Amino acid sequence: MNLSMKLGRSVAWGYLIVVLLITVFPFYWILRTALSNNFAMSTDPSSLLPVDFTWGPFKRALGLATPAEAAAEGGSGAKIDLALALWNSIVYAGLLTLCTVGFSALAAYAFARLQWKGRDVVFGVLLTALMVPSVFTLLPNFVLMKDLGLLNTFGGMILPGAFFSAFNIFFLRQFMLGLSNEVEEAAIIDGAGPLRVCFRIVLPMSVAPMATLTLLTFITTWNDYFWPLLVTNDESVRPLTLALAVFKQSSPQASLDWAGLMAATLVAALPMLLLFVVFGRRLVNSIGFTGIK
Amino acid sequence: MVTTVQDSSAHVVRGPATTAPPPTARRRKGPASRRHDTWVAWLLVAPAVLGFGVFFAYPMLRGVYLSFTEFHILTPPVWTGLQNVQELIDDGRFWHSLGVTAYFVVLSVVLGVGVSLVTAVVLHRLGVGTTVRGLMILPFLISGVVTALVWTWMLDPQLGIVNQLITWIFGEPVMFFGSGGWAVPTLAALNVWKSMGYNAVLIFAGLQTIPASIYEAGRIDGASEWQMFRSLTLPLLRPILVMVVILNVISATQVFDIVQVSTKGGPADASLVLQMYIYDKAFGQFDFGYAATMSLALFLLLVTVTFTQLRMARAGESDTN
Repeated sequence: MNLSMKLGRSVAWGYLIVVLLITVFPFYWILRTALSNNFAMSTDPSSLLPVDFTWGPFKRALGLATPAEAAAEGGSGAKIDLALALWNSIVYAGLLTLCTVGFSALAAYAFARLQWKGRDVVFGVLLTALMVPSVFTLLPNFVLMKDLGLLNTFGGMILPGAFFSAFNIFFLRQFMLGLSNEVEEAAIIDGAGPLRVCFRIVLPMSVAPMATLTLLTFITTWNDYFWPLLVTNDESVRPLTLALAVFKQSSPQASLDWAGLMAATLVAALPMLLLFVVFGRRLVNSIGFTGIK
Repeated sequence: MVTTVQDSSAHVVRGPATTAPPPTARRRKGPASRRHDTWVAWLLVAPAVLGFGVFFAYPMLRGVYLSFTEFHILTPPVWTGLQNVQELIDDGRFWHSLGVTAYFVVLSVVLGVGVSLVTAVVLHRLGVGTTVRGLMILPFLISGVVTALVWTWMLDPQLGIVNQLITWIFGEPVMFFGSGGWAVPTLAALNVWKSMGYNAVLIFAGLQTIPASIYEAGRIDGASEWQMFRSLTLPLLRPILVMVVILNVISATQVFDIVQVSTKGGPADASLVLQMYIYDKAFGQFDFGYAATMSLALFLLLVTVTFTQLRMARAGESDTN
């Protein structure tokens, strides 16, 4: 290895370390702030460690602190029912993901493995949705949900995305087209019908790409902000993303309880971070895989 | 009107699809057609077709219709013809927000794809493992709301850690969200921070498909690292780069959450992106008809931009192959 190559590698490593630091540092900063005393923080804002370490912000965020305790550490009166918002997010993202991946898999099977009249036409029509940005259907869908009386219900939040996803269908069909015919043909010779083939053979063979889609859909839905913002204005169904934004907006601008806000943020991001710890490797490969497809 | 919209979007669909294996109807050598397949097939696609019709096609047509009406939610829409279009043309705030959006898109796509490309190449050339790529996608996992909250805090003029550092070096803080000149670049930087890792992983996957033997051949011919990047990596990566650029343009054009949580379009409309303005019209002033007109304009704009990008990408293909 000559000198210029060594130099090149050092520069590359330096670059990578800087990029990683910028990527990861905000996560550390959430934690550091969430464990600080909100009053004390203003006296030492550049301390890299929590200032006057306390669990207070988490207590405030979870609604466990008394008003006196909150006031002593610079908390505002703003409250957030994190447990409820967490539950709402789980229901919203969970149900939507289950439905959309399930229905997409059924459709993908029909498009990939069955011969029927009109198949290619129907597939082509459904695929047009791939390039229409969601912005255009959001407002009319809101009006539709309002007409159906589904505002402020899980139904209203979930229905528009539950049945149809052009990307999911396209992605799963691509995979199913590549499956070999042998097992399927053997089953047909044994007298299995198309439904039996679908549920007993093709879907079990497609578990890996379905898991990929489940993960990606769950993350996107969990983080979605615009649609829940349109169709909910009530705490009882409000998911985490929305609850956080409301929490910030309901705090007084002048003396924001940053420590409490960061604690709430951390609790909100925690499920995704757990998902990351468990599925991180799979996720990285999935993203690459969706790109190549 | 509607048909042209659908035609062009159908056309656009075929673009990215060309990176995938070719249409497979012919490739299929499944069991011979059985008649009872047909009703089972329709049964299986029924939920998807229903969802497409009720929550995609119908709202889309309705959106086009509402664009030409006066509609305030509580009373039925009233057909007003081209009045909204006229209003749109005369609406200085609309054109301003279009400019803001374009500025945001250009900044975040150029910067975002540039940094992602460099990062992907560095990751690839250094042979770094999955763990590092994993850390890079961390921001992809959190919502725009969380992104906006954390950075608003870190960039706070008085107490934010970034401004502490800036004050220490330059003597005075920067009003990242509070000044007209900084607001959009700051939002673009947030967007880059959030999407960089995801893009880098996509591009990295593209790099892995390039056979190592090509680089060996290049090295034997005495090509430098930079020459190999320019004349081997970039051309071979073109399909995936085109896809990444288009995906980023589409998502950046629709940016909303980070803006709504951090600046709300301010100060003095400096960061009023189109989606923010549409939201404000529809849910702040309940002017749904006009909001629909702006959505339609945004949609047509996106279709045109995507289509042009694909055309340009294809036009450039011949000289590299």
